[in-house]
Amino acid sequence: MKLLLLSLHVVFAVLFGTVASRGDDANLNAIVSKFAKARNFPAIEAIVRELAETADPDAERILLALVDGKLSVRKSDDRAFIVAGDGGTVQLLDPLSGKTAGEAAKADLAKVKVNNSLRRVIRDVMGSLTLGSDDPTIRAAAADTMFKSPDPASIEALNQAIERETVPSVKARLEQARASAALVSELPAKKKLEAIAILGARGDREALALLTAFEASADGALKDAALRAIRGIGSKLAFSNAAQNVWYGISLGSVLLLAAIGLAITFGVMGVINMAHGEMVMVGAYSTFVVQNLVRTAAPHLFDWSLAIALPLAFLVAATIGLAIERGIIRFLYGRPLETLLATWGVSLILQQAVRTIFGPSNREVGNPSWMSGGFQVGQLAITWNRLWIVIFALCVFAILLYLIKHTPWGLRMRAVTQNRRMASSMGIKTPWVDALTFALGSGIAGIAGVALSQIDNVSPNLGQGYIIDSFMVVVFGGVGNLWGTLVGAFSLGIINKFLEPYAGAVLGKIIVLVLIILFIQKRPRGLFALKGRAVEA
Amino acid sequence: MIARRLFASGVNSRIAATIALLLALAITVPFLNLALSPESPLHVPSYMVALVGKYLCFALLALSLDLVWGYCGILSLGHGAFFALGGYAMGMYLMRQIGARGVYGNPDLPDFMVFLNWKELPWYWYGFDQFWLAAFMVVAVPGLLAFVFGWFAFRSRVTGVYLSIITQAMTYALMLAFFRNDMGFGGNNGLTDFKDIMGFNVQANTTRSALFAASAVALALGVFVVSKIVASKYGKLLIAVRDAESRTRFLGWRAENVKLFAFTVSAVMAGIAGALYVPQVGIINPGEFGPANSIEVVIWTAVGGRGTIIGPIVGALLVNAGKSWFTSALPDLWLFALGGLFIAVTLFLPMGVVGAWDQWRAGRRARLSARHSPEEAGRPGLIAGRAESEKSRQPIGSPEPQPAE
Repeated sequence: MKLLLLSLHVVFAVLFGTVASRGDDANLNAIVSKFAKARNFPAIEAIVRELAETADPDAERILLALVDGKLSVRKSDDRAFIVAGDGGTVQLLDPLSGKTAGEAAKADLAKVKVNNSLRRVIRDVMGSLTLGSDDPTIRAAAADTMFKSPDPASIEALNQAIERETVPSVKARLEQARASAALVSELPAKKKLEAIAILGARGDREALALLTAFEASADGALKDAALRAIRGIGSKLAFSNAAQNVWYGISLGSVLLLAAIGLAITFGVMGVINMAHGEMVMVGAYSTFVVQNLVRTAAPHLFDWSLAIALPLAFLVAATIGLAIERGIIRFLYGRPLETLLATWGVSLILQQAVRTIFGPSNREVGNPSWMSGGFQVGQLAITWNRLWIVIFALCVFAILLYLIKHTPWGLRMRAVTQNRRMASSMGIKTPWVDALTFALGSGIAGIAGVALSQIDNVSPNLGQGYIIDSFMVVVFGGVGNLWGTLVGAFSLGIINKFLEPYAGAVLGKIIVLVLIILFIQKRPRGLFALKGRAVEA
Repeated sequence: MIARRLFASGVNSRIAATIALLLALAITVPFLNLALSPESPLHVPSYMVALVGKYLCFALLALSLDLVWGYCGILSLGHGAFFALGGYAMGMYLMRQIGARGVYGNPDLPDFMVFLNWKELPWYWYGFDQFWLAAFMVVAVPGLLAFVFGWFAFRSRVTGVYLSIITQAMTYALMLAFFRNDMGFGGNNGLTDFKDIMGFNVQANTTRSALFAASAVALALGVFVVSKIVASKYGKLLIAVRDAESRTRFLGWRAENVKLFAFTVSAVMAGIAGALYVPQVGIINPGEFGPANSIEVVIWTAVGGRGTIIGPIVGALLVNAGKSWFTSALPDLWLFALGGLFIAVTLFLPMGVVGAWDQWRAGRRARLSARHSPEEAGRPGLIAGRAESEKSRQPIGSPEPQPAE
């Protein structure tokens, strides 16, 4: 008997359940069918709001179709359908179930039209619809949408959602959305004060905009609270702005450092003006391109390692070209810096044209390995992995180079030749070889800089030209013949550039930096970290 | 000394011949273009007039660079900037001459300003409808920039490659600046669609011929001025600064003033070249400020022979004729050829074509005279000449790498 009762219960429950959902469907159906009669945008808007009030998951599909212009009414029987496909005949989908419901000629259908203000309404109501979603990311997105378009009417829905919410981060966002809505509502002042506190804690530009708008119309204690919150957000934003500029500056500085550090060796240590330095960077970038292509076709599973494979290859290719340039051209021109400048400019033209002939004049695509794509957030600061890796890479290259020059026998020879060539030669150092290898080293470093720069710049035959003037500026600014000067020069130029950009714009900022460097050279013709003593006049 | 007088008179006669040739060109080419019928074998086609007119402007630019590089040792990698500034000054005048005939028909504002929604003419465009002001600006703007830049640079003894690099940075910064639309110089597109110059149609054959004649006369004038400067006492000072700046300074001369004068005169010449160039090609855009352009000017001078007066002219004509031929016949090979030229000239022809020719002639004369009168072979003049050529091949001491100054 008990069993019977139980099964009856179950049957009833199932029955009632289906009836209930049928009732919802009927309700929804009734609303949807109103689209046929809606002749103007306000009428459609009313239907949209009605749909939203049902809080039915199916309503979402209908609204999405409406935004996309895919909701149509069949002229013969005034039934609304979601259409799919293109051409004269389109597929009809039932708006409630989403199942196929036959086909129709396009001419037999009348599209339900939307305009921009309607789209905005739909987006807003979708927010409250998706608050009930099972996916926390969708709920969070809904909260954010509602935050941006505060509407007192949604406070009730938000209250319910906040009570239901279990994920703390989503809950916080929901509360922020409620706070933004509370500011524009008729709620008592106490609630508004709470809202101001929540928005002040959020502390980003959007909260600032909401509070500023509120502050303009508020008075008394509310105005004071809003002003305090605005000031708080202002200082917070100023700090994160500064942090952002510093980070972008460090990022730009690391790029400059990579491009300039090879030059610091050839120009700074050897005194050779290598105008083809930028082309060495380009050669490195193209080596990466070739390696990636080979890896893609031969061993796709190694793609994430392609940069690691490209590094030594790019170094070797660029160093070999550098060695050839030194042995073939530059060694005949020692002591004639202006002629060296012209001859290496000629080399750069030839290398550019050679690359253009081999690879074509257009940009080549070099892919990011998975560990270099994407990014993460630190407070208000977005940091992308590729930028971070390039900063780390640049510092590593710098450290290795510094070690090489200061702590290896070969570096010792190199410094000896720089300081006093004749004496070094008398001590049995083969100075021509030291010259050649130093030049090859500088070129090779430019090559591996090209590997890194291929990740963030267009790989084209003009890649190098964009860097050559900047690199010279870094070396000249930092002081010739001093690697530390190059490091400081690169990062300070990068940061100065990025701090000027918001005020002056990117191009004007760059011009200002160039002018500043030109003026700086007048003051300190030998850069920040000048060599002292006899070596200067040699 | 006999040899020096010979040498000097030879140079003088060569300069006189060049000036005479240029003046003759200025008269005959327009005549051959305008007066003869197109069927005549001596007729000079209009495109040729425009092309050679352009080359003559380049030659004047190369000559201006030669004054600072060849005679004073200042390798400017920014002479294209002075050229372009002169060109822009002329371009502004030509823009104002369009008047209400532009696409938008605005009598005051050039088309690009109407397009960018500018309401009134920026102050620095005032007066550019007057030719005399534009002509003054063609001279004044590059001259002033060179004076200020040079005053700062030479006073703090920025020399050698440092100077080269900051002149390059200067032209690069100017290029970036002129690319900006807010500057009011037409941004990316520059100034173009010119109609009239001093009331004459820019496109007309007569105007083109007149511009050709003007370019030839300007070049002749440039040759005259540079030769006078070089032959004067100041010219000796220039060469002294080039060969031993510290020594000249210790002898009591102000090396920076010597350099500053040469740099400013040279910039003015470059500006005039630019001003003559713009109406002949019908456009000026920020690309003219490109560092690559300025370096190309250096190679014209180097090919012809720096430190000679006709060298840069020969170089500019040769390289540009080569460029015109290459870019139409073998466009892909032009940069190879240009790059090879840079390397070959610096390695094998440090004195350029004219310098090599002089050296060869001097050598032949020495051999001939040695054969005729052996005792005269060691004439001081020839030794001096040879020593000079040797020295300019290796201006700075030993052939070894030096830490950059």
